[in-house]
Amino acid sequence: MSKQVITTTVNGDSVDFVCDPRESLLDVLRDRLGLTGSKEGCGTGDCGACSIMLDGRLVCSCLVLGVEAEGKTIETIEGVATGTQLHVLQDKIIEHAGLQCGICTPGIIVAAKALLEKNPDPTETELRYWLAGNLCRCTGYDKIIRAVMDAAAELRKVA
Amino acid sequence: MVDVQLWVSLRRFADDQSVVTVEAANIREMLAALVRKHPALEPIVSGGVSVAINGEIHAESIVAAIPPGAEVILMQRIKGG
Amino acid sequence: MALDQEKTKQFKYIGTRPKRQDGVDKVTGQAKYGADTYQSGMLHGAIVRSPHAHAKILSIDTSKAEALEGVKTIVTRAEFATDVTGDNWNILENVMADKTALYDGHAVAAIAATSALIARDAAKLVVVNYEPLPHVTDIVDAISEDAPIIRESSIEPNVPEGYHKNITRRYECGKGDVKVGFGEADLILERDFFTEGVHQGYIEPHACLAHVTPDGKGELWCSTQGHFNVQRVCADLLGMESSQLKVTASEIGGGFGAKTTVFIEPVALALSRKANRPVKLVMNRSEVIRATGPASSSWSTVKVGMKKNGTITAAHGTYRLQGGAFPSAPSESPAQVTFAPYDIEHAEMIGLSIMTNRPKQAAYRAPGAPMGVFASEQIIEEMAHELGIDPIELRLKNAAKEGTKGVHGPTYQRIGLIETLEAAKAHPHYSTPLKENQGRGVAVGFWFNFGGATSVSMALSLDGSVALTVGTPDIGGSRASMALMAAEVLCIPYEDIRVTVADTGSLGHNDDTAGSRVTFAVGLATIEACNAAIKELCKRAAGEWGIEPEAVKWEEGFAVPSGANAGDFAPLSLKELAAKMNTTGGPINGHFASSPSGAGPGFATHLVDVEVDPETGKSTVIRYTVVLDAGKAIHPDYVEGQMQGGAVQGIGWALNEEYVYGKDGRLQNTIFLDYRVPVASDLPMIDCVIIEVPNPGHPFGVRGVGETSIIPPLAAVANAVSAATGVRQTRLPMSPPRVLKGIKDKQSHG
Repeated sequence: MSKQVITTTVNGDSVDFVCDPRESLLDVLRDRLGLTGSKEGCGTGDCGACSIMLDGRLVCSCLVLGVEAEGKTIETIEGVATGTQLHVLQDKIIEHAGLQCGICTPGIIVAAKALLEKNPDPTETELRYWLAGNLCRCTGYDKIIRAVMDAAAELRKVA
Repeated sequence: MVDVQLWVSLRRFADDQSVVTVEAANIREMLAALVRKHPALEPIVSGGVSVAINGEIHAESIVAAIPPGAEVILMQRIKGG
Repeated sequence: MALDQEKTKQFKYIGTRPKRQDGVDKVTGQAKYGADTYQSGMLHGAIVRSPHAHAKILSIDTSKAEALEGVKTIVTRAEFATDVTGDNWNILENVMADKTALYDGHAVAAIAATSALIARDAAKLVVVNYEPLPHVTDIVDAISEDAPIIRESSIEPNVPEGYHKNITRRYECGKGDVKVGFGEADLILERDFFTEGVHQGYIEPHACLAHVTPDGKGELWCSTQGHFNVQRVCADLLGMESSQLKVTASEIGGGFGAKTTVFIEPVALALSRKANRPVKLVMNRSEVIRATGPASSSWSTVKVGMKKNGTITAAHGTYRLQGGAFPSAPSESPAQVTFAPYDIEHAEMIGLSIMTNRPKQAAYRAPGAPMGVFASEQIIEEMAHELGIDPIELRLKNAAKEGTKGVHGPTYQRIGLIETLEAAKAHPHYSTPLKENQGRGVAVGFWFNFGGATSVSMALSLDGSVALTVGTPDIGGSRASMALMAAEVLCIPYEDIRVTVADTGSLGHNDDTAGSRVTFAVGLATIEACNAAIKELCKRAAGEWGIEPEAVKWEEGFAVPSGANAGDFAPLSLKELAAKMNTTGGPINGHFASSPSGAGPGFATHLVDVEVDPETGKSTVIRYTVVLDAGKAIHPDYVEGQMQGGAVQGIGWALNEEYVYGKDGRLQNTIFLDYRVPVASDLPMIDCVIIEVPNPGHPFGVRGVGETSIIPPLAAVANAVSAATGVRQTRLPMSPPRVLKGIKDKQSHG
């Protein structure tokens, strides 16, 4: 199978890349575009460490082919902060110690941000079910949930 | 003189004794004396043991001093994870 | 370096909860983990793995693979050293098979190619000629009459004659005479318990990048809990001088004990050496579950005798662990740990290590212990219920304390078990009424904790900031704790201290981040390295004032005259002294190295409420409280993190997780879809109570907490499910079908 040239938008920038049709979008983001913030934890869409936004939809980038990015809009963890200003979610995760090893953290932040943009006032249960697709093995989720609930409250104040 | 307590499954290598008395001022001397007295203990000792002196576990040190009258326990070397 | 009683009265930085300095990197995706590195000209590795649980390797034909465009080199066991012995031989045999494939997934060859896809394609083209052999994966089957014998040469001298040849170790400890003890008992209970293998489940698969050059020098970047250990082992396996190999630890995405050894790192080095190119090798999830180091499956038999008033008169335990096709199952661990919390006169504890056709087991936090405690703490609780004694009261009645001679041998110094039990008893959780189909479980746990070889360096910058260099990868926020301890000693702001994890070429030896040792041992070394710098700072001040160095002391971040007699001089700050250090004697650094003892044991009490659906057998954790003696919590957020993380791993181990091997000896569930770890929606908040009974062996009283946290949860959850269902849960996991069957059997048999 011959390689293909793809044009897409990543974190607001227009980007071109060449890839083998068998490569996942995750492979492309990491190995061809240098955006290693999205992680491969499982390659089967079960752990959420590769979470990105694809045309405004939360997806596991390991389940998307690189060639499917053609003409689409992609947002990764690298685009969550605005310049030097961290997103409230990022601040709160640090503040609440909602991370230990940090490998799941990018996926969690992307997923949580997607929820809060849809539902700015989730209950703890709603949040837990939304994040059920993001595995964390270090924290037991407690401090992550507290951080995101606090971030949601903070964002509602500003809104 | 130091009374060294051996764990149960070690005793068959020391003529079924549960306590072996040796002359030693530190762990290195104590282990050497144990092996001289009971050569069958050599593979176990050289494989690595931990020693508890008065309740303080010395996982790998062989230089720790053994005060007179101290409780000295030989322990299977444990690793953490 | 004994506990500093003065300091324990009032801390300025210790016990606060500042932001960790690597936080921004981690929330923005900038932090570099094992697979996040690239080198120009690098090749990608892939491993060929055995599809048989046990087979002779008759031949390996790499010709088709070599012919694939983009394939640059292929290695087999032939590329590794042939004079390796002892533990390292077992590691090598696991890293790559020699004449025999020992488990489904065992590596037999590896390929380096110009892309990961080509390497993967080439792996499928390697033709291995196998002669399948009989296999055994179940621990009970492994010691039955017709089990195939894995490797007789692995049997240790401590195994008596006549034992099954798949038993490689027999460990025994104890005290008194259990015959006498059982004779004194009013109630005796004995049961068998079984647990299945589980994986530590770290979200980051193993990953490394190796580069060996023709001059024999090598550089290795890898995700590991201990890069000095990786250096030593890889050098041995490759027949290199370890000084020629420099290892850098990446950030690590979880390890929990399983990244204290090597799997793919020697393979990447061998590929790189042969190809003369850098080689990046990353495992996929299926390889991780199939072919790294899961925790042992187990079979425990525990028997306890008690008087009517709840006094334990005797305890007997036989703990069988299987370590895969290797003699490494840590069976001495449950034997020593299970009854360590109790003051018992008569105890006999036996550990047996068994081999099977499974991968080489590795530590899952406290190696070998949780499985045994799953058995022992259930017997204790069941007997408490039968005697009508409150489960916490019963444990308090028999609790070990300072001066108790432990079942494992040593007499305890100051410990905090009773304090954790009292706090659990007083906690609102314990008195909250239970609803229908709900049950409450209690369990206690003990862990030794470790010191370990440690080197730490610190250096002042001209602007008065401090560079603290450690050699232990930061798995759970340890940079923050080290900086807090340095801040406390130097009396300078936490923000002025920057912690770096150095490579093997830049610092003295350090044992792994494991054994719950870092806050204790690296913290202690940090304190002493800072004390060394303080001594030098005082000397510089003395020089400036023209007085003796002994007449200067360090107070609140300043060098001050130690008394009125010393003279009347204005205090000199660390910043002022650092600014002129190059002219007053040179740069000011502090170093400290030791293998400290005095780690101080850890104890915990866990409380859990579970609701079991009687129609499906599904268990839901309603409430969980962890009470743990941390000695001194340097950064309470990260102590709580260990408590919560360990509890939830235990919940997964207890309720869902298990290795499922088929009749063909192949692992059936190799991805996260089928190997079900806890997710956010499974769980409630995990409440934490940190008890602080200072460890006399550390200047601030620190005790390790990471491993103690996984000791009680299996038993605590099992006690809760048993209480909710009225059926003693003797097998893990307590998955819905199993629990439901127990409920139905009880209903039909009464």
